[in-house]
Amino acid sequence: MKSAVIVFPGSNRERDMLYALEQISGQKPLTVWHQETTLPDVDLIVLPGGFSYGDYLRTGAIAGLSPIMKAVKEQADKGVRVLGVCNGFQILTETGILPGALLRNAHLKFVCKEVELEIATSQSVFTSAYSANQVIRCPVAHHDGNYFADEDTLNRLEAEDRVAFRYTQATNPNGSIRNIAGIMNEQKNVLGMMPHPENLIEAAQGGTDGRGIFESALETIA
Amino acid sequence: MIKNDVEITPDLIAEHGLKPDEYQRILDLIGREPTLTELGIFSAMWNEHCSYKSSKKWLRTLPTEGPRVIEGPGENAGVVDIDDGDVVVFKMESHNHPSFISPYEGAATGVGGILRDVFTMGARPVAAMNALRFGAPENERTRHIVSGVVEGIGGYGNCFGVPTIGGEVNFDARYNDNCLVNAFAAGLAKADGIFLSEAKGVGLPIVYLGSKTGRDGIHGATMASAEFDDDSEEKRPTVQIGDPFSEKLLLEATLELMKTGAVIAIQDMGAAGLTCSAVEMGAKGNLGVRLDLDKVPCREDGMTAYEMMLSESQERMLMVLDPNKEEEAAAVFKKWDLDFAIVGETTDDQRFKVYRHNDLMADLPIKELGDEAPEYDRPWVESPKLEPVAPKDVPAPEDLGKALIQLVGLPDMCSRRWVWEQYDNLIQGNTMAGPGGDAAVIRVGDNGKGLAFAVDVTPRYCEADPIEGGKQAVAECWRNITAVGAEPLAATDNLNFGNPEKPEIMGQLVGCIQGIGEACLALDMPIVSGNVSLYNETNGQAILPTPAIGGVGLLPDVTKRVGKSFTAEGEIILLIGAHEGHLGQSIYQRDMVGEAAGAPPRVDLAAEKKHGTFVRNAIREGRVTAVHDISDGGLLVAVAEMGMGSKIGASLTPNKDIPLHAWAFGEDQACYVVTVPATSAETFAKDALSAGIPTQAIGTTGGNELTVEGSHPISLGDLDAAYEGWLPNYMSAPDTH
Repeated sequence: MKSAVIVFPGSNRERDMLYALEQISGQKPLTVWHQETTLPDVDLIVLPGGFSYGDYLRTGAIAGLSPIMKAVKEQADKGVRVLGVCNGFQILTETGILPGALLRNAHLKFVCKEVELEIATSQSVFTSAYSANQVIRCPVAHHDGNYFADEDTLNRLEAEDRVAFRYTQATNPNGSIRNIAGIMNEQKNVLGMMPHPENLIEAAQGGTDGRGIFESALETIA
Repeated sequence: MIKNDVEITPDLIAEHGLKPDEYQRILDLIGREPTLTELGIFSAMWNEHCSYKSSKKWLRTLPTEGPRVIEGPGENAGVVDIDDGDVVVFKMESHNHPSFISPYEGAATGVGGILRDVFTMGARPVAAMNALRFGAPENERTRHIVSGVVEGIGGYGNCFGVPTIGGEVNFDARYNDNCLVNAFAAGLAKADGIFLSEAKGVGLPIVYLGSKTGRDGIHGATMASAEFDDDSEEKRPTVQIGDPFSEKLLLEATLELMKTGAVIAIQDMGAAGLTCSAVEMGAKGNLGVRLDLDKVPCREDGMTAYEMMLSESQERMLMVLDPNKEEEAAAVFKKWDLDFAIVGETTDDQRFKVYRHNDLMADLPIKELGDEAPEYDRPWVESPKLEPVAPKDVPAPEDLGKALIQLVGLPDMCSRRWVWEQYDNLIQGNTMAGPGGDAAVIRVGDNGKGLAFAVDVTPRYCEADPIEGGKQAVAECWRNITAVGAEPLAATDNLNFGNPEKPEIMGQLVGCIQGIGEACLALDMPIVSGNVSLYNETNGQAILPTPAIGGVGLLPDVTKRVGKSFTAEGEIILLIGAHEGHLGQSIYQRDMVGEAAGAPPRVDLAAEKKHGTFVRNAIREGRVTAVHDISDGGLLVAVAEMGMGSKIGASLTPNKDIPLHAWAFGEDQACYVVTVPATSAETFAKDALSAGIPTQAIGTTGGNELTVEGSHPISLGDLDAAYEGWLPNYMSAPDTH
C-alpha cells in the first residue's frame, strides 16, 4: 500500500516515520510539503511528530492552518486512512478532525520513556494486528500529551469503541484522562496517538511492538 | 577617512576587557585611535573566549593528528573518518557563564551553538550529550539552576530533533556560583561533503541567513572572559535567547543549500556574532571582507554598527555563495521562510571594513584580528604533590551494606534518570543504547556499524593532581567507550578552569593539558576539537579544574556490543585489572568519611590500553555478556549498578589481602567487571592471565540480593530505592530560591 508523510516546518520525526513505513511496507513513502494543496493518491496519510512552528503557540495550532490540512480533511472524510503521531495527533485535535485536546503533561515536564499500552480495541484498521487487551511496549516523547475531553465526549468515544490505546494505569506518563493514549474518529479511519510506534519496529530498536499499527494500516500482515 | 565621534577613555577600554598593553597593541597596529565600533570588534576578537590567548601555547602540545583525523582543531568542529566514505563531525563547547545567569536560556543556546557548529560543516546532527556541574545540593540556588539547565537542554534539543543520549552530572560546593554547562554534539556527513569557513575568491557575495539581528547577547563573549561578582545578575541582558524552531529550519535550509553546490564558505554566528564569523572567513582565506550593515536583517530599528557587530543573536549563518547559483539559493531560503540578505563581499586587501549609513565605521587588518591575536605565556606553578593514602588509614564503615546503600544514593552517585527522561533520547530511531550505560550507542547508515559516545572527567582528581587527573579524564572516557565494544577514535576537550592570571590556576590548566596529551597519545585518541572556558570564579573562589573529555568510538558491527547490566543468573563475575583498593580522593573517602585527601589513583596508560583492548576483543568475539568499568564508588558500586539494571543479584568473595572497604570502594583505574557464562569462565580467565592481564573470579550472578561473603546481604530493592530516589526527591522539594 502507498503512504505519504506530511512535513511541516518544525516536524522532526518525519524521517523516523519514513523509515518505519518503508521498512514495513517495502515501498518508499511520499513526502508532502505543508504548502501543497493536494495530496497524492495514497492509502495512508501520516502526520509525523515534531514541534511544528516551534509549538510556540498551542501545539499544532499553526500547522492546523497549513494549506495541506484542507486536503487531509477531505481525504479523511472520504475514508482514507490518516495516522497522526504526537504532534500529528495534536494537529488532528486542533483541526477538529479528532475530538478533545492535548494539554501540558501533568508534571509539567517533557517526558521520554517507555510506557505500556493496552490495546483498547482490535476492531480497527490500525489495531487489527493486535488482540484486544494485549499490552505492548511503546516509547513516548512529548511535553503536551495530556489528553483531555469532556465527559460526554469521553463516554461517546468509549461507547463507539473509538479508544485505540490506553496507558496501563502504572505507566500513564502525562496524566491523560482515563489513561487515553490514542483515539479514532467516528469512521475509525483516522487515528491520533501520543506514543511513537515508529521508534519500536525492529529488534535493533529493542523490540517490534510498534509494528502492528503499521502492519494493520498498511495491510501487510502475513 | 574614518570618523571618531566617541572618545576612547581608559575606563571604556577596561569595560571592553582590554588590558592597557593590549590597547597599546591596537594603537601600534592601526596607527590611530580606534573608533568605538573598532574597539568593540577588538574586544570581541581578543577576549579569552574567542582568542584562547592564555591557553593557546599549551593547546598546541596536544596530539591532534591520526590516520582517521580529517579536520582537527581550528574549524567549527573536528572531522573523523568512520569508513565507507562516512565521517563523524563533533565538538563540545561550554556555556557556563550564561547558564548561571539565566539557566534555561543559557543552556538552551549552548545546545543551539554546538549543533550549529556541527551542521555548519555539512553534517546532520545525530547525537548530543552534556556535562553538567552544579553547586552543592544544599546551596539555595542549586535546584533552580538544575531545573532550568535541564529544561533548557531538553527544550532546545527536543524541538530541534537530536537525541540527547548521554552525559554526566556532578554536585559540588565549588560550583555554587559558577555552574558548568558543556554541550557536545556529533553529526554525520560524507567525507567529500564537508564545508569549511575559509573564504575563496574575490568579489563574491557574503550572504546572511537565519534569524534577524537584535540587541541580545551583546558582549556575551567578553562576559565569558571575566570573573563574576555580586553584580552578575545585572549581566542578564548579555544572555542570548534561543529559538530551536528557527535552528531546525536553518539546519534543513543549510543542508539543502549545500546540495545545490552554491556554498563556497560558511561560518555560523556564535560567540561575537557577525564580527567573529566575518573575520574568520576572511582571515582563513587571506582575503578582506567588506560589510554593509544597512543590509543586515534587524529585529529592531536604530541599531548602531557597534551593536550589530557585537550582537549574539542566535540561529544565524554567514556564507560566501557562488553568484551563479543565486537563484537556487534564494529558492531554498524562501522555502524555509528564513531571512537572508547579501550583506557584503570578499575583497583582496585583507582589511575588515564595516559600513553603516554609508559611513566607514571600522577599517582593520583582518589577519591580526583573527589568527594573529595576542598570546600569553602566563606564569604558573605546579600543584603540590599529595602523598598516597594507605587503605588502612581510611576509616572503615560499620556495615558494608548500609554504606553501599548510602553511597549509591549520594548526589554524585545516584541515577540521572530524572535528567534524561526530559531529553528525547530516541528521536531519529537509531539509539541502540541510550543514557545510563558506560557509553551511548547509535547505529550509522546501512552498513551495520555504530558509534559510541561518552563524556568524562573527575574534577576532584584534577585538583589533587592535575596531570594524573587529566590522564584519568581521557582514560575513563576511553574505557567507557571500550566497555560497550567500540574502538575509541578521537576526542573533544572542554577545559573549564578559574582565573588564568593566578599562577596556581594556570598550573592546573598546564598540568591537566599535559595529562590529557599524554593519555591521548598513549591511547591513540587525538583531540580534534574543543573549547576553553576560563575565569570560572566568583569573588575569588575558583571552580574545581574540570577538563571534560568527550570521546567517540566506532563499532564495525553495532550488534556486537554489550551493556553494563547482568544478562543471566549463574554467570561468573570476573574482575579485570590490578585492583589494590585505592581510597585516596575516592567518593567513599570524600562523602562517607568526610574529606577527600591524598593522591588520586594512578593512571597506568599501558595497562589501560592492554586491558581495554582485551575486553573489547572479548566483547566482539561474544565471550562476555556484560561489562562495566570501575570508576566513582569503586568495585562494589559497579557490581551494584550491574545488578540494579537487570534485577539480578550477585554473590561476591572479597580479596582478603586488602581491607574490605578498600576492596569494595577503591577507585583503581584500568579495571573492568565482566560476566561470562559459567562454562567458559575458566578458559576466559586463563586467556586473560596468559595475555598478562590480572584477572580474578570474584563471584556469581543470581538471586535478588547482593551478598559479599562475611557481610549481611543487601537487597537490590533497597539499593534501587536509594539509587533512583535521591534526584527526584531533591528536585520535587519546594524551591527555596
